[in-house]
Amino acid sequence: MTIGAPPRVRTAAASATNLWKVYGSGEAQVVALRDVSVELERGQFTAIMGPSGSGKSTLMHCLAGLDSATRGQVHVGDTQITGLNDAGLTKLRREKVGFIFQQFNLLPTLTAEENILLPLAIAGRKPDKDWYETVIQTVGLKDRLGHRPTQLSGGQQQRVACARALVARPEVIFADEPTGNLDSKSGNEVLSFLQRSVVDFGQTIVMVTHDANAASYADRVIFLADGQIVDELRHPTAEAVLDTIKRIGADH
Amino acid sequence: MLRATLKSLLARKLRLILSGLAVLLGVMFVSGSFVLTDALGRSFENMFASSLADADVVVTAKPTIDVSEMEGESVPGTLTAADVTKIAGVAGVAKATGDVQADGARVIGSDGKVVATFGPPRFGGNWTGEIGGRELREGRAPAAGNEIVINAALATKAGLKVGDDVGVLTMQPKQTFKLVGIFGYEGGLTSRGPVTEVLFTEPVAQQLMLGKPGTFTSITVDAASGSDPAAVRDAIKSRLGGTYEVRTGKELADELAKSFKDILSIFNNILIGFALVSLFVAVFLIINTFSIIIAQRTKELALARALGASRKQMVGSVLVEAVVIGLIASVLGLAAGYGVGAAGASVMASMSELQLAGIGLPPMAIIAAFAAGLLVTVTAALLPALRASRVPPVAALQESATPDRPLTKLTISGAVFLAIGGGLMFYGIKESVWALLGGVLAAFIGVALLSPVVARPAVSVLGRLFSWSVPGKLGRLNSGRNPRRTAITAAALMIGIALVTALNTIITSSERSLQGTVDQTVKADLIISGQGGPGFNPSFEPALVPQMKNIPGVAAVSAEYGDQAIINGEPSWINVVTDVPATAKMFTLETVSGSMAQPGANEFVIDDQSATEHHLKLGDKVEVKHANGLDQTYTLAGIYKRGEIYGGSMFGSAAIEGMRQQLPAIAFIDLGSGANETQVRDALNAMLKDSPEMLVQNKQEYLDAQFSESAQFLLMIQLLLGLAILIAVLGVINTLALSVLERTRELGLLRAIGLSRAATMRMITVEAVVITVFGAVLGLAVGAGLGAVVVKGLADEGLKSIVLPWNQMGIYLAVGAVVGVVAAILPGIKAARTNVLTAIAYE
Repeated sequence: MTIGAPPRVRTAAASATNLWKVYGSGEAQVVALRDVSVELERGQFTAIMGPSGSGKSTLMHCLAGLDSATRGQVHVGDTQITGLNDAGLTKLRREKVGFIFQQFNLLPTLTAEENILLPLAIAGRKPDKDWYETVIQTVGLKDRLGHRPTQLSGGQQQRVACARALVARPEVIFADEPTGNLDSKSGNEVLSFLQRSVVDFGQTIVMVTHDANAASYADRVIFLADGQIVDELRHPTAEAVLDTIKRIGADH
Repeated sequence: MLRATLKSLLARKLRLILSGLAVLLGVMFVSGSFVLTDALGRSFENMFASSLADADVVVTAKPTIDVSEMEGESVPGTLTAADVTKIAGVAGVAKATGDVQADGARVIGSDGKVVATFGPPRFGGNWTGEIGGRELREGRAPAAGNEIVINAALATKAGLKVGDDVGVLTMQPKQTFKLVGIFGYEGGLTSRGPVTEVLFTEPVAQQLMLGKPGTFTSITVDAASGSDPAAVRDAIKSRLGGTYEVRTGKELADELAKSFKDILSIFNNILIGFALVSLFVAVFLIINTFSIIIAQRTKELALARALGASRKQMVGSVLVEAVVIGLIASVLGLAAGYGVGAAGASVMASMSELQLAGIGLPPMAIIAAFAAGLLVTVTAALLPALRASRVPPVAALQESATPDRPLTKLTISGAVFLAIGGGLMFYGIKESVWALLGGVLAAFIGVALLSPVVARPAVSVLGRLFSWSVPGKLGRLNSGRNPRRTAITAAALMIGIALVTALNTIITSSERSLQGTVDQTVKADLIISGQGGPGFNPSFEPALVPQMKNIPGVAAVSAEYGDQAIINGEPSWINVVTDVPATAKMFTLETVSGSMAQPGANEFVIDDQSATEHHLKLGDKVEVKHANGLDQTYTLAGIYKRGEIYGGSMFGSAAIEGMRQQLPAIAFIDLGSGANETQVRDALNAMLKDSPEMLVQNKQEYLDAQFSESAQFLLMIQLLLGLAILIAVLGVINTLALSVLERTRELGLLRAIGLSRAATMRMITVEAVVITVFGAVLGLAVGAGLGAVVVKGLADEGLKSIVLPWNQMGIYLAVGAVVGVVAAILPGIKAARTNVLTAIAYE
């Protein structure tokens, strides 16, 4: 860990309170989230793990305002997002949230630089020049800015996506299996880059993953099974994560 | 294989519905035209049959001057009272009645204006009793020379009732009659078709409508009971000899109906022409749809190939889809066409007082509907089908976006088509209409093939206009993404806009050169002319001419009379000009030889081209057989150089006596310097109060009136081409809907990073507008080109320079943009509703 890192402020960047998410009704009813309460701390790198169908993606989608909650409340920063209309959610996404997806992360018609600046352009904001330089420096794409996504490797594309999420300085960045499509080398690059942005810049990041190695880069790992939080680890190692997964697998 | 094909058809409903709709609209237009003209044709047939139901045999004289429709109206021959007596004496004839019926009896309505019919004749004739289904509804038959009866529809239209004094214009200037009766026809009809009828006593009808007492236009014969009309016909024929035409009532009805049907079939062909334009546009839409479907199905097709499907089967499977769509579209289009045709026929019938004979479904409507629908769909699907067959089996295994195929081949073939098209057009203008049309078609195909090459730069330039906003920029980039698709979508819109632009260019150029010529060569300040109509020319009292000259400020008046005549055996139009020197001055006519002084009564002058054509030289005598039968000899006294807008013969006053209507129809007035135009016009209008059809206009007003007619013509063409544009809009919707579908993930991403719904719609709108404006610009360029080629080709017909209709072109461009906005509405809504979650979900 870097010495002299900024002190971590322990207030929630996003939180869920008694969150329920139920799909369908009657016989076909599926409960994806069962009374989940969680606080995602500011300036931390949180990983959400769990087997398929555990509700980890649903939790992230609800926290990010991409999906609506059936019951309960979600806050991003001070904003309660449950009950917001489309315009409100759009505003939220512009100002407070950044996204990194597994694939289809970039617009093929725009250059890397244009992709990075797109959220700011959409919101009609000017980029902070110094910050932009810092971000570009950190992702190491200086000489690739004029390229289009098709001319970049998968890892480079994902780094562009990271830069795009960072450049707007959102309250929280949600990353959905960001390394799912990458080989392990590129994946590690992206993960250490995410980690650095938490440590160096105090960025809050929430990442959904099923990869123990990826989760080991996080400050905290939350484990979900059957729509409930069943465990959590702080400062995890890959081994500890794997052990926990095994244990949960045996319990459920 | 068939089952798989049909299943895949169902799976892509929307796109197929749009393509099908395009074909449907075209087929509707085609079959609707047939249904309409068929219904009208049979209605006319019935009308003639019922009006001639009581006439066993009808005798007419052969025309005295027979000219083709292009050269004007023939002068009908007349029969005499002696003919009636002669026919009455033929065995088997029970009764022979002399009829007078001629076009040109114009009734002045209660509002002081002449009742117009916009085409159908305004008959004047003699009252022969309640025969042929005619029934007196009110009042009585005309008994005295100053009494008339009119048909009920005319009475309503003119606002007249029995007992009114009615002004009627005929060959003679206005005369006033007492309306003593109103008649209709059996079955409660107020008129026999769209005509108006004024019936006088026999001598008055002969004088006013034929100009010759004791003559008739036809003789209706009742056969004695028990005799066969055909036998009576033959008996009369052998009695009268060769200059008469003798027909049974049925033959005449058929002949009249046939001539109407000929006109209807021209009308039909024009409508079909426009329908074909729409279908041509539909071809683009279908090609695009099938290409897209095949591109999307590459994997599926490759899999089929890998599983052993042959190339033939691949082509077959695509063509079966096309046939199914074509069939469905044809059936529905035929049904819609039947409806549209029926609606059109009943509107037209009620507008023209025609009793509709019932709507039928003529076999041609069915044949044409299926031929057009199937041919268009299958032809359009052929190219994409061949492409489908070339998908290699290995494509099933590849994770590939099909790379952009190079455009070289397209570009070269486009250039070749364009060159051929241009050449054909240039050749065709003079030589053959078909070559001209073929040239236009080839040029369209050429431009369509070239458009993908132009699309990328053009779209990027056009898109700059919108790049100030993020959605605008994204929309612009999207429209430049698939140049083939953008191009073919835009090309469909190009066709309609190109055609109207071309027509507009030709009209504007010819108007401008006419304006130029008139400005340069016409010095007449005022023109008195009639609003033309069928029948006799609107005219005024000859006695007014000297009075006009006496109006203060008038320097010269030259009035003109005209009629058909036969000069040295050749049918020709002759004019009498009351002041040849004044006309020569007002039209800047130069003397070539002889004198351009006022010709003597039996002299004439003619332009140099006509003189050469008829081998006439100064001092030659010509034999003229006039329209009313008078024979005269005239001497050529002068030859002038044909002006750009003035030509023809100018005869001495003796020729007036040979005309049927011995009244001037037009007058040119030269004002002296310092004359007050308004005062002169007021004085002229006061003089012409009994000639309500005559209009006093200055040079510019006269020209503008001519121009406004071409503007109306243009408006009609634009309406008819509206359908082609509508089909093009369907194409734009299709392309956009597809873009939205293909880019669901991108849209989701954009929404996730903060693009609002409104901005999403704006992005789609910009994409649409860029495509349609590109199409419009392409259309304007191609249209201006086509127009220019025609104008150049017609240079020696007086078209001097190419003048582009900038205002209208601006409007078309705006229409293009609006069309884009409209087309974007549905796809835009769909895009805005993209669910972020499903968009970014992955397996």
